[in-house]
Amino acid sequence: MSTLKSDLNLASPDDIYNLIVDAHKSLSREQSEKLNAALVLLLANHVGDEAVIRAAVAAARKSLSA
Amino acid sequence: MATYTYPRYAYVPPPELVLKPGGPQTAPVLIVGAGLVGLTLALDLALKGIPVTVLDEDDTVSIGSRSICQAKRTLEIWHRLGVADRMVAKGVTWDQGEVLLGDEPLYRFDLQPEPGHRFPAFINLQQYYCEQYLVERCIAEDKVDLRFLSKVVGVRPGDEYVEVDVQTPDGVYQIRGQWLVACDGVRSPVRTMLGLPYEGEVFDDQFLIADIRMTADLPNIRRYWFYPPFHPTDSVLLHRQADNVLRVDFQLGRDADAEEEKKPANIDRRLRMMFGPDARWEHEWSSVYKFSCRAMPRFVNGRVIFAGDAAHVVSPFGARGGNSGVEDADNLGWKLALLIEGRASASLLASYDKERGAAARENIRQSTRSTDFITPKFPAARLLRDAALSLARDFPFARAMVNSGRLSRPVAYAESPISSPDDIMATWDVAAPAPGMPLPDAPLLDATRGEVWLTEAVAGRFAVLSFAERASSLDGAMARAIVDMADDIPGFRPILITRDRSGAPDGWTTVIDKSGLAARRCDARDGTTYLVRPDQYVAARARRLHDSWVLAALKRATS
Repeated sequence: MSTLKSDLNLASPDDIYNLIVDAHKSLSREQSEKLNAALVLLLANHVGDEAVIRAAVAAARKSLSA
Repeated sequence: MATYTYPRYAYVPPPELVLKPGGPQTAPVLIVGAGLVGLTLALDLALKGIPVTVLDEDDTVSIGSRSICQAKRTLEIWHRLGVADRMVAKGVTWDQGEVLLGDEPLYRFDLQPEPGHRFPAFINLQQYYCEQYLVERCIAEDKVDLRFLSKVVGVRPGDEYVEVDVQTPDGVYQIRGQWLVACDGVRSPVRTMLGLPYEGEVFDDQFLIADIRMTADLPNIRRYWFYPPFHPTDSVLLHRQADNVLRVDFQLGRDADAEEEKKPANIDRRLRMMFGPDARWEHEWSSVYKFSCRAMPRFVNGRVIFAGDAAHVVSPFGARGGNSGVEDADNLGWKLALLIEGRASASLLASYDKERGAAARENIRQSTRSTDFITPKFPAARLLRDAALSLARDFPFARAMVNSGRLSRPVAYAESPISSPDDIMATWDVAAPAPGMPLPDAPLLDATRGEVWLTEAVAGRFAVLSFAERASSLDGAMARAIVDMADDIPGFRPILITRDRSGAPDGWTTVIDKSGLAARRCDARDGTTYLVRPDQYVAARARRLHDSWVLAALKRATS
């Protein structure tokens, strides 16, 4: 079992960030929300580790109040 | 009262209108535009022995707030031309940036965390000072013929030369150049007269620039706020400049009324919110601007070559405008000089187009990304941007995604036609400079000059740079062969970097790498050799010194 990584784990963070932004190009708001949801489920499955996913959910919720 | 008094340079009636020679004279190089780029190129060529004529339409330096962040690489280039120390002394040195969300610092970044460099990551110095120092240096240089109030109003490219019509207070005359380099800015009259394309993306967001003179106890860092309490809807960038001048960039959004925003009372209201009720300032300059990212498809068009903003323009986030223009001049100068001396083939200019074209595309890519982060183009982009910002408080990974400008660094020429590929059997540290990358800096000791820097040791002409723990361990026969070769190439320098100079070969400049930083930054072992170009970029590298390898790499780098 591992913990949620907080340090950078991407070789090219700008590339990944822009890849995700560009995926939303020319989508409607509703389509964007669906895309985000699908992306979360795909990545969650890839991560696989329930403890990590729980920690990510908690961190994401916390970021809303930041 | 403004802090800076704009100089007025003397217009001298040109010989063409005074002496009335039989026909137009031909200069080896005509440069149009005495800005950062044209002046840098003129000085570089003159110091290489090539006479240049520079035509500028006015008689002073850049007006207003333009390029302010002068990067390490630019300073290294200007140092070779003898003006960087004066700029560093006048400017504000900085290596760090801070990004804030609201009024809370999110993180700091250090652009040059390790010591052992001649120059800092950046100085902030107003463009007018940089140009003034370059002009004064040009005036002291015999080979630079700097002509003010000389506006190019006609261009006729030909097979052997380019002829231009120059308008002066005394009338119009013609002059020719074997080569014409247009450094005449984003609205380049030369480009317009030739009808050459200049395409790209225009951004809708508006920004307010306010340069103010204010004595304030502020750190020497670049600061960028997202959603600050004093400008809650957008972002703000703050830089310190020379003479206690601050530059503040307020993001205004797409729908702002530029005329309203430009009114001094409205600017003062924004500044009052930022600096508080007790602050006092005087206005130096203000403007509301939009920006664009554009480039010419080709920078070399026959005998007319484009450099700087005339060839490409980017958004200001990242300090990639003026700095990339100076890098253009640096890349072009030695190639033109070799061509004019008859020591290179005309195809060498294709490498200027290829290398600086790639650099322009990379600068545009980076600055477009920064602009897209700062001004998200659609709601989902803003959601992701704001998520990265709020995660950045607690998560270092998200800080790496926050993009307030990826600051100018020299671009690697990955696909350069004049680089020689590494031997496939040789292994190199990824941080070491591969062919097409600039040589890193490092402190060295010279027997006669004392402290000297790696970038100083290799500046201006081709250099062979060999490393050996002990000088005596360098292959003597090879060392002599390199010296024989150097005799045939003007200015070509063999340099040995070592810890122990005893037994150093004749004809080599030997420098001591006391700290070991030069060897570490170049991933050097005994025998490791770099061929360095006049612009301090690596042309080739090998694990072993061999004269036939040097010759082949040199040939490739000049053809």
